[in-house]
Amino acid sequence: MTAEITRINTAAESKLIELFGAAKGGVYSGASLDREAAFARFAKSGLPHRRIEAWHYTDLRSILRDAYAPTVAPTEDTVALARTRLAEMHVEGTRVVILDGYFQAELSSNLEQPGVSTRSLIDVLGGGPSGVIDRLAVSALEAQESVLSLNAAFMQGGAVVSVAPGAVVETPIELLFLTSGQRAGAVTTRSLVEVGSGASAIVVERHEALGSAPSQSNHALILSVYDKASLHHVTMSSGAEAATQTVASIIANLGADANLVSFALVTGFGFVRRQGFLTFNGAHAKGDLRGISLLDHQGHADTTLVVTHKATHCESRELFKHILDDEATGVFQGKVIVAPGAQKTDGKMMSRAIFLADGATMYNKPELEIFADDVVCGHGATAGFLNEEQLFYLRARGIPEKEAQALLLEAFAAEAIEGVGTDAIREVLTESVGRWLRQRQD
Amino acid sequence: MLEIKNLHVEVEGKKILNGLNLTVNPGEVAAIMGPNGSGKSTLSYVIAGKDDYDVTDGEILIDGENILDKDPEERAAAGIFLAFQYPVEIPGVATMTFLKASLNAQRRARGESDMSTPDFMRVVREAAAKLEVDPDMLKRPLNVGFSGGEKKRMEILQMALLSPRYGILDETDSGLDIDALRIVAGGVNALRAENRGFLVITHYQRLLDYIKPDVVHIMSRGQIVKTGSADLALELEKNGYRDYVADAA
Ligand SMILES: Nc1ncnc2c1ncn2[C@@H]1O[C@H](COP(=O)(O)OP(=O)(O)O)[C@@H](O)[C@H]1O
Ligand SMILES: [Mg+2]
Repeated sequence: MTAEITRINTAAESKLIELFGAAKGGVYSGASLDREAAFARFAKSGLPHRRIEAWHYTDLRSILRDAYAPTVAPTEDTVALARTRLAEMHVEGTRVVILDGYFQAELSSNLEQPGVSTRSLIDVLGGGPSGVIDRLAVSALEAQESVLSLNAAFMQGGAVVSVAPGAVVETPIELLFLTSGQRAGAVTTRSLVEVGSGASAIVVERHEALGSAPSQSNHALILSVYDKASLHHVTMSSGAEAATQTVASIIANLGADANLVSFALVTGFGFVRRQGFLTFNGAHAKGDLRGISLLDHQGHADTTLVVTHKATHCESRELFKHILDDEATGVFQGKVIVAPGAQKTDGKMMSRAIFLADGATMYNKPELEIFADDVVCGHGATAGFLNEEQLFYLRARGIPEKEAQALLLEAFAAEAIEGVGTDAIREVLTESVGRWLRQRQD
Repeated sequence: MLEIKNLHVEVEGKKILNGLNLTVNPGEVAAIMGPNGSGKSTLSYVIAGKDDYDVTDGEILIDGENILDKDPEERAAAGIFLAFQYPVEIPGVATMTFLKASLNAQRRARGESDMSTPDFMRVVREAAAKLEVDPDMLKRPLNVGFSGGEKKRMEILQMALLSPRYGILDETDSGLDIDALRIVAGGVNALRAENRGFLVITHYQRLLDYIKPDVVHIMSRGQIVKTGSADLALELEKNGYRDYVADAA
């Protein structure tokens, strides 16, 4: 006799069922993705929990105490708030503004420019083309990742950015995700960046809260980098410190001779789960995933990566740095899978963490699954305190302790920024790291 | 005046300094000589404020004020400078960045404003030229990949920039060839001044041919066992530490 194992919904799960029931047929109707089916998939497995290996250190099921209602579409007030902020920001190239999860053409700039075409997710889902809709669907992954099913069920908006084959777009394309932050809400977005054969582009994804109301976000970003194309992707967040809970998924597919650099800067004391799925589909491609997480208080940041080599002669690199203060927790899980026949794969991953307090914790879990014999794969992980000899040397020269720590930590972080985006982008990243370190000194 | 009174220091329960007494007057160059393991580096670290050591008794005074409760950075701002026996490598921190951070930190601690970048560049370049330090070295990470001699010259360059009241040189001569020794000694001599004292720790008479001490102390087993004039160093060079080590036993 087989016993049916029934799962008892948590408060947050029950709330999500209720919220989906209330929302369906409303603002989300008309799109070609089957939200009901997506939600049914989610409802079957529920929120991921620690008995699922990939979520072992980040038990979303117990972390998520409550589920917030989706943020409402922008109103006159929230648009005005966004405009005030945008007026302070300089814009050069394409800037897509997504406010509270909703694509805002009127707030965006240069959506069409030579070599770049940008549309709203909802428009694409409604009108195609079907190839793009298929790439947006990420159905294979969704079957394993209930947060992606949840994303499909609730997605409010997003951008579909297409860089034409052969186009060289030098000015970074900006994806600006603003939340009005006036009251608690959940933001769900899905976006796609396609870089056509031989094209090159830089995408900067910025998340900024304009108010400090708590938020829950579920973002999915799909990156398709075609043969001989190059994409640098940088994501960072700034703005009001709020009680935030973020799940961000990046799904990247690389063609032959393609090149991807993807960098994430995480700061603060919220909860962040970043998961990356990088697949090499063509030979001689390079993928470089990097990140710096600067966490304090009871912040929790989890980076979980699955890199799959399906083609020969590809190179994957992962370099993640954590600086953990107070009672913060960092998680790095990196899995490299080398499929049968993916010979001459060169894969390396490295995770380094520095503790600034006894209460901080780091979990490192590198994994290799290799089914080909002619490959070079390696991984390393370190976690520890700052070097006392170095600190003493700096202090003996008159540099106060926190400043000495900041000097060493900036140097520690800098390695992960090397070669990312443009000079200006690296400067912004370096400055952001510096700002976080300086606020520790006050 | 730098005064060390009845200093007792332990590491992990092991006694290293046993009631050491020593005075360095402004304008004076005092040499400390002593066999390996007698506690010379320990003394220099304890003066600079390294916290691996337990000071179980005694005082370290600058102009009558005990500095033992001060952090290393406070002692630096009060005018203590230690030229390390083994300068520490700091990957990722450009030498220039470090020099500027330390100079300005000390200025701020004294209530002065930061030095402007052009002024800073000028003083660094001048100091580097005097010590025959290649300006390109200043762009490299601090001490990383520097030769032994380059590291020591960099220590003296820092001392020149920071103009301390008391410079403690821990075996600055070790690992230097004769040319480097001359440059380093020249750098120290250039800093000799009425209001600045030096504690020059060395194994060998050789350095003292270039930096003429006013007084020589012999250290053994954590104590000063003999104090004399510069001639004492010459005598040691001939007879070794035998007599003094035996005395202390
Ligand atoms: N951090 C330490 N831990 C344990 N023993 C130490 C430490 N520092 C110094 N010592 C011991 O103290 C003694 C004096 O060392 P040191 O001060 O380096 O002498 P010197 O510089 O005169 O050669 C040696 O026996 C050394 O092994
Ligand atoms: Mg020594």
